[in-house]
Amino acid sequence: MTLKSDDVRSIAHLARLHIEEDAVDHYVDDLSSILALVDQMNQVDSQGVKPLSNPLDATQRLRDDEVTEENQRDKFQQIAPDVAEGLYRVPRVIE
Amino acid sequence: MSAAQTGHEETGQWETVIGLEIHAQLATSSKIFSGASTAYGAAANTQACAVDLGLPGVLPVLNREAVRMAIRFGVAIDASIDHQSVFARKNYFYPDLPKGYQISQFEHPIVGKGQISISPAEGEHKLVGITRAHLEEDAGKSIHDLFPEQSGIDLNRAGTPLLEIVSEPDMRSAREAVAYARKIHSLVRYLEICDGNMQEGSFRCDANVSIRRRGDDKLGTRAELKNINSFRFLERAINYEVERQIEVLEDGGRVVQETRLYDSERDETRSMRSKEEANDYRYFPDPDLLPVNISSSDIAEIRAALPELPEQKKQRYISELNLSDYNAELLTANRDTALYFEAAYAEADATQSAVLANWILGDLGGALNKAGLDITESPISPAALVQLVARIADETISGKIAKQVFDAMWQGEGSADDIIAARGLRQITDSGAIETLIDEVIAANPEQVEQFRAGKEKVLGFFVGQVMKESRGKANPGQVNALLRDKLK
Amino acid sequence: MPMTVTEIRQGLASGQFSSVEITRDYLQRIKQHNPILNCFISVTEDLALRQAEAADASLAQGNAGLLTGVPLAHKDLFCTDGVKTSCGSRMLDNFIAPYDATVVERISDAGAVMLGKTNMDEFAMGSSNENSWYGSVANPWNTAHVPGGSSGGSAAAVAAGLAPAATGTDTGGSIRQPAALCGVTGIKPTYGRVSRYGMIAFASSLDQGGPFARSAADCALLLQAMSGFDRRDSTSSDTAVDDYSAQLEQGIEGLKIGLPKEYFAEGLDSRLASVIETAIDELRRQGAEFREISLPNTALSIPTYYVVAMAECSSNLSRFDGVRFGHRCDDPVDLEDLYKRSRGEGFGDEVKRRILIGTYALSAGYYDAYYLKAQQLRRMIKNDFQSAFDKVDLILGPTTPEVAFKIGAKTDDPVSMYLQDIYTISLNLAGLPGISLPAGFVDGLPVGMQLIGNYFDEARLLQVAHRYQQLSDWHLQTPEAYS
Repeated sequence: MTLKSDDVRSIAHLARLHIEEDAVDHYVDDLSSILALVDQMNQVDSQGVKPLSNPLDATQRLRDDEVTEENQRDKFQQIAPDVAEGLYRVPRVIE
Repeated sequence: MSAAQTGHEETGQWETVIGLEIHAQLATSSKIFSGASTAYGAAANTQACAVDLGLPGVLPVLNREAVRMAIRFGVAIDASIDHQSVFARKNYFYPDLPKGYQISQFEHPIVGKGQISISPAEGEHKLVGITRAHLEEDAGKSIHDLFPEQSGIDLNRAGTPLLEIVSEPDMRSAREAVAYARKIHSLVRYLEICDGNMQEGSFRCDANVSIRRRGDDKLGTRAELKNINSFRFLERAINYEVERQIEVLEDGGRVVQETRLYDSERDETRSMRSKEEANDYRYFPDPDLLPVNISSSDIAEIRAALPELPEQKKQRYISELNLSDYNAELLTANRDTALYFEAAYAEADATQSAVLANWILGDLGGALNKAGLDITESPISPAALVQLVARIADETISGKIAKQVFDAMWQGEGSADDIIAARGLRQITDSGAIETLIDEVIAANPEQVEQFRAGKEKVLGFFVGQVMKESRGKANPGQVNALLRDKLK
Repeated sequence: MPMTVTEIRQGLASGQFSSVEITRDYLQRIKQHNPILNCFISVTEDLALRQAEAADASLAQGNAGLLTGVPLAHKDLFCTDGVKTSCGSRMLDNFIAPYDATVVERISDAGAVMLGKTNMDEFAMGSSNENSWYGSVANPWNTAHVPGGSSGGSAAAVAAGLAPAATGTDTGGSIRQPAALCGVTGIKPTYGRVSRYGMIAFASSLDQGGPFARSAADCALLLQAMSGFDRRDSTSSDTAVDDYSAQLEQGIEGLKIGLPKEYFAEGLDSRLASVIETAIDELRRQGAEFREISLPNTALSIPTYYVVAMAECSSNLSRFDGVRFGHRCDDPVDLEDLYKRSRGEGFGDEVKRRILIGTYALSAGYYDAYYLKAQQLRRMIKNDFQSAFDKVDLILGPTTPEVAFKIGAKTDDPVSMYLQDIYTISLNLAGLPGISLPAGFVDGLPVGMQLIGNYFDEARLLQVAHRYQQLSDWHLQTPEAYS
């Protein structure tokens, strides 16, 4: 499976990753060879095999509906790039 | 005014097709995947713990009560419940979505196909299908007008459990859509899984609206309407959108599949400019969560503990309590109203059910509305109302006087009996006393007597009015009527 | 000669030295050797000495826990409250974790002293520790060679005696492979054995934390402290934790050990094969019985692993967006610019590659062909192991196909780097435990032998490794510069 430059650009957009234009070709090559590796999966027939999500096929444990967390805003916001009035700030989102 | 604006189902050659997506915030104490509080109104980011913030290394653990509430809803709409429900990640970037994905459900939603009966107009009934209902976490909130050039993000709401209820595109008018929304709203409150507060955002309706030529069975392109926070706006938004789409198609254009925001001030829908073209959400099962096992006995236990639901209640009111379909529908629409009615009925004579219903829906409902009170805050208790109604039934007071008594009760002057005694409002039923009044009135109005005797039936009303006036409303109207006729012969 | 954890505990208990003294020794060694080896991203000197003092007080009161006073290091993937946690990435260069990972809490509760945070491949993505924002780690056996990855810093630190033990994480071999390349012992437990809370996620269904040390006996102590149910981790198992140290001395007579023919095929350096065969002979002399088994889907484990890992990591790393923590680009023009440049600047090439492939694998139209298919192959690989464990108690093979390669030898070819994981990866897919222990040398570079056990059979792995280590001294070897 080979990718084209436009494929790389649109995947990069989906993943919100900036890639320099002059690096796109390099990514095309790298990603194409990785995909070639991955295509080896088609060598085997897996029809009817139940997909495995969790290695132990375990099921979800449920938590009681209790408030167990207290307010730690100051501690958490100490490491934030831009906060004001208790809010995380980002460039204006237009809706 | 166009046919669409009247909300009338007939839009000429065009048929409206509507599906609703309702997000009901579940009334748990803690978040769906963390132990932070869900209480409304806290200062920004004071209820966003490490898990809600999506800090590196944190993990979700599922809230049992959210699961139970979802199952309760599923059972109430006769839906199938998935025995191994799976959470999936819905991947997209937005500042109020801290992890860059929302934990939601894709394949294997907890609640499968169900249905609910709606009454869009008096006497009308329709079954609306529900495609599925699934659990997911809510996102945070963005505040756009506090800082110049920047938006502020509050993640208190992030992680609040939501039940997303998706209807089949079964509705054919704004009225039907509103009836459906109201029914679901009533149901989630009955089930005590959601407080239904649309102002606070705990009950959100998005409408998918499309039109097609009548007779077509293919669905037209739909627009998704958002930002609707009342039933009134839901109706208006849909009506506006239907008319807009009709205009587009009649002008030879095509409807674009898009999200549109409803602007209540201008009463119009607008395209969301910043919204992406079809997002690729890259759903996959969340590897931090495991499939949720729900057994038949879990479901049976929840079913057994269900309160009587609106539809059952309504049918019971009709068949056992002799109420009209209309009154039964209105009384059961709100669980608290139904409970008030039932409390009153329990104290009253069985024959008074309709009378009670009318007082609750009419005078009491009106007074509550005007004062902005919930029925649970009514200054008149069910028992007190029952006493008032009994005094009309036993002819202690007339219906008209009863309204005066009601107003006095509302003001806190006491019970019906207290007020009747204090104000001397007992009906006059003594024939002798009434006859005396009648004699006085007849004597005072010889012209009208002549007119009546000459054949003018209407004049009787004048005499009745005069007698009632003389008795300050207390004379029994029926007796007045009968005795007057006698005397005027 | 660098000490083992066991020796340190004995020394502390007998009063031969104090925790403060031994901690100072290690801090001194780190100062001396870290400039060359680059094992440590952060050294927490003040914190370590405070913890050592507290440990000495506990010891004096006779309150010794499992690891009281023992200095060790944490891979910089574990959140440490108030201490920089970088994951080897520019994205978290400024990240001071506001909470402790469960593993860190438990090791701290056991009384250990934290020397610092070790270097690693960025976000655990790599097999050579060449993908770190903080530069490569050098293999103490030959500093022109890689130590392995992603937990290269932890492995090298233990190999060079800069710490007697260290924590690591293993998603596709990131404990076992560096352990093999650095000549130390490292164990990846069963999936769910060790809590992932606070262990910054790479691939959620594959990641497991585990210890590095100079012996299996030491690993048993560390693993004991790290293991157990954690209600903050939904994937955490509530299976009871064995007493790993208690079972170490059991003999291995009659133990059936499988040798997968796929692990001894072409692709394995013949000199390496020969080292493993010598080890096998030694175990045979101790009474273990060997037989050939087959794990037919071994070759497919690599593409399967990479699809699963990349898909999961592409989603796990979406939270790094410059909004609430971590790297933010300067002067973002709009929201999209904030995301793209923060992430573009914050992540290195390998991370970006994996995010892109993962995003692609999950994208519309490809989910069935990639992710779903990989999950099916994963089931088949698990079934292979289950069939094998019907016939044998353990499985043995080489940990890696070659010894430590030169720094830079594989950086231009991501795929050839991925092939390093051929023997380790299937365990992560199946969730099985595996240990790597030193078995010899080729060209002066260590060779690791891997033992694979059935679910929750860590005690047996440690026992067999311990027995082997009583008969051999590969695990006691130290590069001359660090003796």
